[in-house]
Amino acid sequence: MRHVLSVLVENEPGVLSRVVGLFSGRGFNIETLNVGPTLEDGISLMTITTAGDEQIIEQIIKQLRKLVTVVKVVDLTHLQSVEREMVLIKVNAEDERRAEVLRIADIFRCKVVDVSGNDLTLEITGDQGKIRAIVNLLQRFGIKEFARTGTVAMRRSMQME
Amino acid sequence: MERTGAQILLECLRQEGVDSIFGFPGGAVIDIYHHLPDYPSLRHFLVRHEQGAIHAADGYARATGQVGVCLVTSGPGATNTVTGIATAYMDSIPVVIITGQVPTPLIGNDAFQEVDIVGISRPCVKHNYLVKDVKDLAWIIKQAFYLARTGRPGPVLVDLPKDVLQAKTLFEYPESISMRSYNPNLAPNRRQVRKATELLRRSQRPLVYSGGGVISSDAAEELTWLCRNLRIPVTSTLMGLGAFPGDDPLWLGMLGMHGTYAANMAVGHTDLLLAVGARFDDRVTGKISSFAPAAQVVHIDVDPTSIRKNVNVDVPIVADCRLALRGIREELEICPDLPDWNTVHQPWLDQLAEWQRNHPVRYTYADEPIKPQFVVEKIYELTKGEAIITTEVGQNQMWAAQFSRFHRPRTFLTSGGLGTMGYGFPAAIGAQVAFPDRLVIDIAGDGSIQMNIQEMATAVSYNIPVKIVILNNGYLGMVRQWQELFYARNYCATCMHLNPDFVKLAEAYGAAGFRVTKAADVERVLKEAFAVPGPAIVDVVVEPEENVYPMVPAGAALTDMLLV
Ligand SMILES: Cc1ncc(C[n+]2csc(CCOP(=O)(O)OP(=O)(O)O)c2C)c(N)n1
Repeated sequence: MRHVLSVLVENEPGVLSRVVGLFSGRGFNIETLNVGPTLEDGISLMTITTAGDEQIIEQIIKQLRKLVTVVKVVDLTHLQSVEREMVLIKVNAEDERRAEVLRIADIFRCKVVDVSGNDLTLEITGDQGKIRAIVNLLQRFGIKEFARTGTVAMRRSMQME
Repeated sequence: MERTGAQILLECLRQEGVDSIFGFPGGAVIDIYHHLPDYPSLRHFLVRHEQGAIHAADGYARATGQVGVCLVTSGPGATNTVTGIATAYMDSIPVVIITGQVPTPLIGNDAFQEVDIVGISRPCVKHNYLVKDVKDLAWIIKQAFYLARTGRPGPVLVDLPKDVLQAKTLFEYPESISMRSYNPNLAPNRRQVRKATELLRRSQRPLVYSGGGVISSDAAEELTWLCRNLRIPVTSTLMGLGAFPGDDPLWLGMLGMHGTYAANMAVGHTDLLLAVGARFDDRVTGKISSFAPAAQVVHIDVDPTSIRKNVNVDVPIVADCRLALRGIREELEICPDLPDWNTVHQPWLDQLAEWQRNHPVRYTYADEPIKPQFVVEKIYELTKGEAIITTEVGQNQMWAAQFSRFHRPRTFLTSGGLGTMGYGFPAAIGAQVAFPDRLVIDIAGDGSIQMNIQEMATAVSYNIPVKIVILNNGYLGMVRQWQELFYARNYCATCMHLNPDFVKLAEAYGAAGFRVTKAADVERVLKEAFAVPGPAIVDVVVEPEENVYPMVPAGAALTDMLLV
């Protein structure tokens, strides 16, 4: 099963490789990984999505907690949480197809961030489902370039049943 | 007064109470060596290979419970310690490794003798540091020692660039440490302790399975109290030997691949397995699905990652072993109606006694060639468990575990987790440095001893009177045993053609050398060797094709044993 882990770490050189090395050294897989500083000095937040059965996930979490530079690990999977990813897509949009691409972009509330004679670059944020959907729709126009950030996530303040 | 990084480092070591450093110099650490004579309380032992330094620091740590310290230069000096770091990591041994590094402006430039030792060692250290500013040095050393010795102990490496060692700053040693990301949990959860106690009260066939964690948390006394008072039989891992007195009737011997029949059968039949400071290593469990099939499992370990890693646990207690065992004891002391342990456990103890009687570890005596087991027995007889025994890896290690008895913690030092050939001799040097007046014996194989034999020069030059007893079977015996049993006797690359003459080798280094070929002479020669004032090698020519039994083939159930 897919899990989203939110990991607070000391922001110091080598911390990323400690975390990543833990996954590779133990044969665990990372699906996406996103890192950025937090408002607190010296602390960064990593959002890691990974997959495995319960026993593997339990090991991953415990092993992460054991790293001296890891401050906190939360598994968001069983919590209500907000998940977002940002994607940039450069899609073929020659004359007669441009309107159609723009219409899709509009429906998905994308931003057009770059235009040329032949293509459009769209910025999309959303959860994995939304991104999968728009990629599906745009594929028939031809996607020339594709870049994604990996998931960032946060638990919701209100935890409904 | 401003001091250089090198001086600060030495001052920190002094304040940490370090008295012995095992090391080897080089350009990157020459500043440290330059100031070393100013710190007479820090004795430095110059080894002959950096692997010797790290194993000696590790042996010192295992024998004393204090943090061992090793000091090496950058590049090749640092990489030569990696096997020893991994050895300490696998067995949770507190050591601090100081490595030199090229000056900070050169880092990343493929400078002469540069290596990313922080990157290389990352998977096998508890933590490591690259010090970039001399102002950080003091607190990093403080943290390094703190991390090495607290929680689940382990090796911590500190990489020191040459310019940091030369830079100056005011020295101030922090009094205490607080790390927001490191707070090992030591006190047991009361509810879990109560559950464990409840299971103990109800169990008919309890069994304690203890490991190295009992030794590293100084819990031997608590463990012994519990087992003796509740009449619970005890087995342990290789790493746990010595935590429970080896001459107690409740002692079953080691379990696992070369464990005793009684211990492995006990695991097969127990209804309550109390695992203390042990991690269910595959050499111990055999086939995991048939490990302790009838048992509820209580697992005490300071490291949460150990719990439920391999086997399902009914009552997990994440805590220091000593505090957890004491918690159980306190819980028992306030329990109103305790069973009469004698009566309840007697049938179980009778059954175990029968297994022990019918299937002891044994061998067939012969005068010539000598049986290796006989030599180990003789060593035990002569030392009565008072010596510190180290081992190399292979059959010698297993026979040392099977045919000696250990009565006290920290008297059996062996590479359990990594199985590092070449460990025993330098580790013995470290232990002997800590205890100059005790008898320290490395039980060795002819293969393993050649992996760090160069440390004989260290032993001789500081008159460290370690005794090496080589069980010389002319083979890489343990591998040959596997070839014999599972690979159609294809003895490929396990025959040690052209072993050196170990007696002459000892003499060449300036140590005493002895050879013995007949069982009748073993006692006399051992006595003689133990009595010489300096280091000695006893080359015992033993039966070349003797095997270690019982044996559980890899991946089989513990109860499927090959007996003699
Ligand atoms: C550094 C290292 N290399 C290889 C091995 C694999 N190995 C395990 S036991 C063994 C044989 C050891 O032979 P010897 O030291 O002569 O001891 P014996 O088994 O004969 O007592 C070998 C090669 C190891 N454990 N460590």
